[in-house]
Amino acid sequence: MFVPLLVLRNAFRHKLRTTLTVTGIVIAIAAFGLLRTIVDAWYAGANASSSARLVTRNSVSLVFPMPLSYAPKIRQVEGVTGVAWANWFGGIYVSERNFFAQFAINPTYLDLYPEFVLSDAERRAFAADRVGAIAGRKLADKYGWKVGDQIPLRGTIYPGTWTFNLRGIYEGAEEGTDTSTFYFHYDYLNEAVKRRFPRSADQAGVFIEQLRNPDAAAAVSQAIDGTFRNSLAETLTETEKAFQLGFVAMSEAILLAIQAVSYVVIVIIMAVMANTMAMTARERYGEYATFKALGFANGFVALLIFAESIGIALLGGALGIALTFPAAQAFVSTVGSILPSFKVTEETVVLQALAALAIGLVAAAIPAWRAARVRIVDGLRAIG
Amino acid sequence: MTVDVPVAGRRDAVPASTTRAQPGEAPLVAIRNLSKYYVRGGQVIPVLVDIDLDVYAGDFIALMGPSGSGKSTLLNLIAGIDKPSSGQIRVGGVDIAGLSDADLAAWRAANIGFIFQFYNLMPVLSAFGNVELPLQLTSLSRSERRERVQTALALVGLSDRASHLPNELSGGQQQRVAIARALITDPTLIVADEPTGDLDRTTAGEILGLLERLNDELGKTIIMVTHDPKAAEKAHRLVHLEKGVLVD
Repeated sequence: MFVPLLVLRNAFRHKLRTTLTVTGIVIAIAAFGLLRTIVDAWYAGANASSSARLVTRNSVSLVFPMPLSYAPKIRQVEGVTGVAWANWFGGIYVSERNFFAQFAINPTYLDLYPEFVLSDAERRAFAADRVGAIAGRKLADKYGWKVGDQIPLRGTIYPGTWTFNLRGIYEGAEEGTDTSTFYFHYDYLNEAVKRRFPRSADQAGVFIEQLRNPDAAAAVSQAIDGTFRNSLAETLTETEKAFQLGFVAMSEAILLAIQAVSYVVIVIIMAVMANTMAMTARERYGEYATFKALGFANGFVALLIFAESIGIALLGGALGIALTFPAAQAFVSTVGSILPSFKVTEETVVLQALAALAIGLVAAAIPAWRAARVRIVDGLRAIG
Repeated sequence: MTVDVPVAGRRDAVPASTTRAQPGEAPLVAIRNLSKYYVRGGQVIPVLVDIDLDVYAGDFIALMGPSGSGKSTLLNLIAGIDKPSSGQIRVGGVDIAGLSDADLAAWRAANIGFIFQFYNLMPVLSAFGNVELPLQLTSLSRSERRERVQTALALVGLSDRASHLPNELSGGQQQRVAIARALITDPTLIVADEPTGDLDRTTAGEILGLLERLNDELGKTIIMVTHDPKAAEKAHRLVHLEKGVLVD
């Protein structure tokens, strides 16, 4: 108990200095955790993707649609057990700040997404209502929607005000399932497009395919694309994960920058902490010399410095980890559903703890080495 | 009977009547041909030159001399917190100059009690904790340590200040705590470097009285560096140094 008591009392000998140091570490560790969580969230969509689904889009660009007539041909490709399609709607709910994904989907779409859990009654109600819609639990909770509410969306790609009846709120079967999306009937959208923009009707933004065997993804993808080679709308088929990662790749530079910043923050606080420990150790050379004179080994002196540094760093680390969770909540409430799955993972918490430990170890290394090497007579001269 | 080995060109040290040595007794501290020098910028700076000195068990010796004479260096060498450039120091029969750093630390813990000018107490430990410090290196149980500390604090008259931090004690009280710490392991030798240097006259007298008691009543061997003639009066034997050399 002697050493822990000595370390604890020494750590708080200069309360202001220790408080400021701990505060710096808290902020650094919390920032590290939050930035990592942002990066994780960016990849979350891809990570939650199914390996048993493919996504087919226009090979030129996702912006260009494909004829709806492709659907039965895709269904006939060996290895495909189900086909659905969806169109990005891109509407505005009340304000442009209220961003969330909206898709017009065909009736078989939900069959390909068993992770979207709807009650049978809600599923039937949605199917029966031409202007019906379903929303994910996270989205519904954010705006306080209840089943039966009317949800108005101001179209951007498809001009006009579109009002939907909320017929169901789907839950996620797994923790990583995205429940921040809004779905309505493709037929409702297509009918309106036929009336106003007939040349744009009967087009699909993406086709989704259910695979019999996920291991055959590459072969089935090639077969689908081969079916439409040399057509007006050649296709590019890939796994759902690769499709999601394609979106992530557009922001890759930003993500790399965020990751770099998260580590830079740790290095900066490491330098600050090292300065603090160097200053602290220098002030105590006389005490360390006294310990040595009394018979304590050089290693004991080094142990005191390491223990104090690690103790302060872990205290800051623990508080920083605790702060990460409310910080993440605040961040999510600000950005809305741009990042649908935003969770501080166990891996992030472990990395934060290791970062705090590294800060403590690195900050103490040189001061501990120097203090252990100080000659007793030189250290004693520092007193008085 | 003289107790110091005479060296050509230097006068003998103080005669034997001022030591507690018994006839035929070996010295507790035997120093032969001891030298210490530093090298600064290629220049050799001598601090101690060819010192011969014997200290017997129960002696109370004052090392005196002008500033820079090497008296603190000599004390440091005897205490094992510095190493000589040449020569031999035997304390309790052990050639401490030949010990490794780790062995020397262990030797100091068991054999030397330190009393410093500025007390050198740990500011975050109470008087009890400071006195207990050397016992942390022993295998004594907590209760055994407690008993010894209480005895030591009682000896120096500070039983009622055991829980006080150094900044809650006067200079004299802090030095008493330091003395208790120096005694706690029942060391072979107590070394005191200007123990009254930071104290007023009255308090200094109390501390010197305490050291005198430790020597008279407990038979502790004390080597003390001092500038203070009043402090030197308490010693049984004076050893003078000038420019690193023992003089009369």
